[in-house]
Amino acid sequence: MGRTFPLFPQRASTAAGQVDALFFFLVAVSVFFVVLIFGLIAYFSVRYRQRTGHERGEPTRTSIGLEITWTGIPMALTVVMFVWGVKLFFNAYSPPPGAMEVFVVAKQWMWKFQHPEGRREINELHVPLGQPIQLTMISEDVIHDLFVPAFRTKMDVLPGRYSTVWFQATRTGTYHLFCSQYCGTEHSKMGGWVHVMEPADYAKWLSGAGANEPLEVAGARLFTQLGCITCHQPNGTGRGPSLVGAFGRTVKLTTGETLVANEDYVRMMVLTPGVKVVAGYQPIMPTFKGLVSEEGLQQLVAYIKSLGKEEGAKTP
Amino acid sequence: MPEPRTIVAPQFDDAAQQQETSMLGMWVFLATEVMFFGGLFASYTMYRALYAQAFAAASHHLDIVLGTLNTAVLLTSSLTMALAVRSAQVGARRTTATLLVVTMLLGLAFLGIKGVEYYQKYVDHLVPGPSFSFSGANRHDAEMFFYLYFVMTGLHALHMIAGVGVMSVLTILTVRGRFTPAYYNPLEIGGLYWHFVDIVWIFLFPLLYLIGHHT
Amino acid sequence: MTNAEPVLKLPRENYLNANYGIKSWLLTTDHKRIALLYLVSVTLFFVLGGIYAGLIRLELLTPYGHFVSDESYNKLFTMHGLIMIFFFLIPSIPAVLGNFVLPMMIGARDLAFPRINLASWYIYILGGIFTLTAAVTGGVDTGWTFYTPYSSTYSNTHVITMAAGVFITGFSSIFTGLNFIVTTHKMRVPGLTWFRLPLFVWSIYATSLIMVLGTPVLAISLSLIGLERLFHVGVFNPAMGGDPILFQHLFWFYSHPAVYIMILPSMGVVSEVIPCFARRKIFGYHFVAFSSLAIAVLGFLVWGHHMFVSGQSIYAGMVFSILSFLVAIPSAIKVFNWTATLYKGSVIYRTPMLYSLGFIGLFTIGGLTGLFLATLGIDVHVHDTYFVIAHFHYIMVGGAVMGYMSGLHYWWPKITGRLYPEGWGRLAALIIFIGFNLTFFPQFVLGYLGMPRRYHTYPPEFQVFNVMSSAGASILGIGYLLPLIYLLWSLRYGRVAGPNPWAATGLEWQTTSPPPTDNFSETPAVSDEPYNYYDMEPVPHA
Repeated sequence: MGRTFPLFPQRASTAAGQVDALFFFLVAVSVFFVVLIFGLIAYFSVRYRQRTGHERGEPTRTSIGLEITWTGIPMALTVVMFVWGVKLFFNAYSPPPGAMEVFVVAKQWMWKFQHPEGRREINELHVPLGQPIQLTMISEDVIHDLFVPAFRTKMDVLPGRYSTVWFQATRTGTYHLFCSQYCGTEHSKMGGWVHVMEPADYAKWLSGAGANEPLEVAGARLFTQLGCITCHQPNGTGRGPSLVGAFGRTVKLTTGETLVANEDYVRMMVLTPGVKVVAGYQPIMPTFKGLVSEEGLQQLVAYIKSLGKEEGAKTP
Repeated sequence: MPEPRTIVAPQFDDAAQQQETSMLGMWVFLATEVMFFGGLFASYTMYRALYAQAFAAASHHLDIVLGTLNTAVLLTSSLTMALAVRSAQVGARRTTATLLVVTMLLGLAFLGIKGVEYYQKYVDHLVPGPSFSFSGANRHDAEMFFYLYFVMTGLHALHMIAGVGVMSVLTILTVRGRFTPAYYNPLEIGGLYWHFVDIVWIFLFPLLYLIGHHT
Repeated sequence: MTNAEPVLKLPRENYLNANYGIKSWLLTTDHKRIALLYLVSVTLFFVLGGIYAGLIRLELLTPYGHFVSDESYNKLFTMHGLIMIFFFLIPSIPAVLGNFVLPMMIGARDLAFPRINLASWYIYILGGIFTLTAAVTGGVDTGWTFYTPYSSTYSNTHVITMAAGVFITGFSSIFTGLNFIVTTHKMRVPGLTWFRLPLFVWSIYATSLIMVLGTPVLAISLSLIGLERLFHVGVFNPAMGGDPILFQHLFWFYSHPAVYIMILPSMGVVSEVIPCFARRKIFGYHFVAFSSLAIAVLGFLVWGHHMFVSGQSIYAGMVFSILSFLVAIPSAIKVFNWTATLYKGSVIYRTPMLYSLGFIGLFTIGGLTGLFLATLGIDVHVHDTYFVIAHFHYIMVGGAVMGYMSGLHYWWPKITGRLYPEGWGRLAALIIFIGFNLTFFPQFVLGYLGMPRRYHTYPPEFQVFNVMSSAGASILGIGYLLPLIYLLWSLRYGRVAGPNPWAATGLEWQTTSPPPTDNFSETPAVSDEPYNYYDMEPVPHA
């Protein structure tokens, strides 16, 4: 047994202190009501205990006022909790612009991280201090969940669909990373570490262990290798639309509906192309299911995201 | 022939309480059935919204003639069932029994037509699974339609089979002279069940067969 | 004790000795005998579920436990959850106490559908057989929540057998609920209007509404998993265009209301016991009655609070959060009304009262921690951690089980004709209260620290609280063993109770203990308000 044990988790992100503040508010409210109820019960049970000459209780009279009071006050308190909680929740899932995007692939029973600059990690995630990091995550099999207690950060990782969460670390150090959605035999061993480093140290780490190509570059290579470039010519003369500046734009489909061309849309088009075709084009794109891994898909997403940025085309 | 006595079970005070209680019991049971089918309808609604195109394309492969025929068959059977209860109310034993048998036969006809449809789907490789094939829309989404089609109509068919079983028991009881104008409870609650199974089909039919047929 | 106390005798003929032989029990339609059939079965399942719990806590004494493998551990917590929820908590009060007492409380001779009542027990047993089969042939490792696609595609365990067991037992629940609803509507004696009903009846009625409307959705969810496993096509597998989150919606649509099935009956017991042992009419009768209905209705609208981080939309999360706060309010109203009933009462500390008072305290803690989970910003951190486990055990064990023990002791004299030994009753209640808190309070700390649930191994810094929790569990186990022993002992050696040992109001106390098969020698009539304790004689001394 360890000689010291923590009573409270470390705070290592911008969100942690805020979550803790709300938590302490609820603790205070809870302690108040627990002391009140326990106290009243103890007091009444003793003060009004049965004894000789006092073997009956007094008749009960309803008091609407009392009922309204002890309905209204809890309701008011819960509204405060609700509003405060919503605020924090929105923050947790609204990454600030300019967040560094790290792609995550979860599978039974390990975590794979891809940094945009190219470095890959397994079960460990190095991040720089003070920089918003957005995790774009997907699972290869069952539902997992990425949980970093010190950041108060958590999000389910789903098969077939990207999910995102973000954080900004505020303290260097090494923190637990857990899978917190039961996923089979080695669920409790599917953990790892987040290493928060000073930006300078992070830059040094990034360039170490041999040069890895940035995600977008790997994506560009894949784009050519798989033959995507044949139809998706940048000047729009191919059989498919040009993808320059396409990411994040609202597109109209052949069915008349519109959607935003986000990560999920790119992934879906590569795997099941015939379903949601952009208006004005034929449903002739072949499927690449089985030909590209989840990591490959993330590289393609990163590449397509980068298209048009150099030309100054604004993606909404 | 002497009139059979109305048998009141010992927990009840009188026949009226027994009748009201059994009716309420059947209504509560039907409420549970609504929730049972409800989960499937909810799933269907979700996927229909997501894969509207594929669902419409898949729906066109259902035999609308047979579906409509089945709808007519079931509606007629509900009519004969209601008439059977009415006959019991006025003590027309033979008519009641005949109408129950007709109801049963119509129910069996429904199941037979359904069986023909299922067989057709099997021949056309539209049964979800390894032999499924579909062209003209996304294969997986169309397969989802047919999966829901088979599960929903299959569950409905199971309820029909139970209903036919109930009808046969009621027919036997009628023939044996169990029911009088003063006591025909089981026919009423059996009728309620039958009408419910009919109504489920009334919802299933347009949702499954009539997508995209408005043009 | 005065010299003039009459010597009480067991009634010559009662429902227990009316017929003899195993057939008279296995083919009975007497609601009281069926209640005893359930009592024996739920107790056996409780012991089995408790053994699973004991093994879990044993394994968690050390961070890298070695008694069982990863796979076995995953099966332990799955079976613990499934058995405790579906085979103990859900049937316990309704099928044991509700079956026994509800018809008597409304002056009826039996439930509306006695044969359906017996059928419901057989269905429960059949479901139990499937479950035990799954257990002995290797168990299930999906967690009691059966999340897809793990359960529908990836798990290699006996999911279908287990799902079939739960599916079947669900119908036991549906039939029980159907019986109670119809009985309450149609079989009250003259004069017994809705607002003269004991609050236990109100809470069983509300529970029955949930059982009847919610359970079928669970049935369809489990069927869809079974179909997907059998035919490898389905609605939950993303590789085939399916959506695993659809399962979560369908599953929690039942399983959230299910927790209200588990707590409402206990609240009903408390509403009976507190007035009796405070010798005072309950405070706010109408408010307590309507709160039960409000909980039942609102309980159907909050299922998404299990899915805040599942990938569900943020806006959906907001809706479910505010509704979850709303559903807490009626429970708070009840707690305040129970507490106010003690004010200016004449309080007696019998065993049922100790359990009910304990219920109020522990349920308050459990309910307040539910607010933490309803708060979106906090739930992100504590979802799927030991905080959740602590929360629901405070409600289920500190609440529901304590309520069950309270009711069992309260109606034990009516059921058996004998009193349990009061000293042992109080001792066991105290041991259970202490053991319970030691087991589960540390888990709140563990949860906020970040220990995820369903973890076979954990980082060493979490060990101290795990050891505390396991120590508490052994105390809790002893606490539960005691009533098992002394209640059985009392069957033979307990003091004869007489018709109304607690001087309680309510029709069930107007007949002998044990009652005759038909419950009443003459049908009672009701013209009074309930809980008329002001006009009752005092409780006889222990």
